[in-house]
Amino acid sequence: MASIVPLMVGLPLGVAFAVVAMAHAKPLKRLTGLVAVLAVLLNFAIALALLGADVPRIFLGGWGPDPARTLGIEVLCDGLTKMMAVTINAVALVSLLFAGAYMRRFTKVWLFQALFLLMTGAMNGVVLAGDLFNLFVFLEIAAIASYALVAFGCESEELEAAFRYLVLGTIGSAFILLGVTVLYSVTGQLNMAAVAGKLAAIGPGPAVLLAAAALIGGLALKAAMVPFHAWLPDAHPSAPAPISAMLSGVLIKASGVYAIARLIFNVFGPTPQYAAILIVLGAASMVIGMLMAMGQWDLKRLLAYSSISQAGYIILAFGVAAEVLSRATPDRAVAGLCLFGGLFHLLNHAAFKSLLFLASGSIEQQVGTRQLKEMGGLTRRMKVTAFCCRIGALSIAGVPPFNGFFSKLIILLGLAMAQQYVLCAIAAAVAVGTLLMYVRVQRYVLEGPPGDRVARAGEAPALMCLALVVLTIVCIAAGLAIVPLREHLLGPARDVLLNATNALSMGAMP
Amino acid sequence: MGIAIYVLAFSVLLVGLYAVVAKKNVIKVIVGVLILDYAVNLVLVLVGYRTGGQAPILENGQSGAELAARAVDPLPQAMVLTSIVIGLGLTAMMVAMAIRLYEKYGTFDMNRIRSLRG
Repeated sequence: MASIVPLMVGLPLGVAFAVVAMAHAKPLKRLTGLVAVLAVLLNFAIALALLGADVPRIFLGGWGPDPARTLGIEVLCDGLTKMMAVTINAVALVSLLFAGAYMRRFTKVWLFQALFLLMTGAMNGVVLAGDLFNLFVFLEIAAIASYALVAFGCESEELEAAFRYLVLGTIGSAFILLGVTVLYSVTGQLNMAAVAGKLAAIGPGPAVLLAAAALIGGLALKAAMVPFHAWLPDAHPSAPAPISAMLSGVLIKASGVYAIARLIFNVFGPTPQYAAILIVLGAASMVIGMLMAMGQWDLKRLLAYSSISQAGYIILAFGVAAEVLSRATPDRAVAGLCLFGGLFHLLNHAAFKSLLFLASGSIEQQVGTRQLKEMGGLTRRMKVTAFCCRIGALSIAGVPPFNGFFSKLIILLGLAMAQQYVLCAIAAAVAVGTLLMYVRVQRYVLEGPPGDRVARAGEAPALMCLALVVLTIVCIAAGLAIVPLREHLLGPARDVLLNATNALSMGAMP
Repeated sequence: MGIAIYVLAFSVLLVGLYAVVAKKNVIKVIVGVLILDYAVNLVLVLVGYRTGGQAPILENGQSGAELAARAVDPLPQAMVLTSIVIGLGLTAMMVAMAIRLYEKYGTFDMNRIRSLRG
């Protein structure tokens, strides 16, 4: 079982190059889409199969963990990695299915598929990386692939958005590399478990704080936290819909939120300072994201700002958990609840945000507009898309019994039990604001008299509807199946973060 | 010598950051990003430096322990190689985008390439 784990990275990367090769051979050109979907499907199957398995520490090339030197490149496969791998591969599979029909308007679709596979493989690499520099390299691969994908349509808006995204993303990456450099200079190690051990021995100091600041700054830019969010409202709407779904649903999570959680909890260890930074970032993102989203009349731009707000929820939950863990008498139950809420919201947001972005792609293709004022009455003309869009909007607004309600409720309960009453009130207010915002979205998009553009629209192609229906089922099921999810998927992930700096050096983690 | 060289490296980083933030020409922004990347590479190489050290290549008749005691750290050098290649890929993409931007907008002025607002 242990030897299959690196395949989750190698398979998409290898098939990406195979797709490029196939596209230049006339008879195979039409099969590139099928090959890409099969690769991601296999990846997803491996991720699911690993859920139950107990995987020991894997060192590539067999260069084992010598406690004095730690030569090998470690591949992590603990609970948090498995949860992220399942999320990433599931959203990638659904987006690729959607793209099968959506991308017909573009030329060189094989290029899109190759870049998409590179991005998926690299995101898997980020969550599997047990080594700081490996994390950086895969972050860069995923980022470069996403810059090219945002600019895929090559229209003026898309190029401008992609250029700004590229410049800001590169600044973020430079700071991440700076942080890794300073950490290496302080500890002499790159392996995350070894760095955690050395940092615990050295204790806090100006160099460690500089490394933490540089890393959090760079990763917060990748996660689109306020005030580093400037690239997201331009990049996500301009990208083609399946890429918006991937970017908003998993890329900012895998490269931003996951990396911050992994580094703060498992490498640096939760201290009051880091917790305070996370709390401020999370709260600011929540509030400002929601306020800016409320004034938007462009559907995809509204969804992009809403992503900032929801990612703020997750970071806030992680920050409060870090704060609870760093107290003199840490309350593991309360911290565990906050972590569970944050991780559940991460999973849910991947599901309903990608659902909403894919639905907006369907609407854009059929109706021809992204402006809320020009839509209306979609329920009568595009039944499946409208139904899925409604479920997605209800989920993100936090209406029971969908998944968004439960994850937001758990976060609010965790905040209250950690005695952060002000933060709890802010989070509740943002939840109410999100509800109002999405009621407005539903009113303009789904109800009311059909605009003249909508009256001429038909239902989206079957493949796109299939992708939407799959995500809708996930939204409904995740709300109803919390206990099995906690058992198998989220519980082990939460335990990894709860064990803080001890988690990585433990042997086999379930 | 010790602290001055690091101050210099961070100054180069700040110069790159200034160019990205303050310059209006797309090409100058690209050059700024490059300077930023190279400054971080410089810090990375400096971290591995040892005063009066030897290049990490085993000489004829030298033992491993001798090499480890005298050589500069080769790991940051390997990291810098990877980082330079990543910078190369990014440069190619940035320049390609700049060319396409010029075709679409007719200018390299960032203030006029602002059709997206808010």
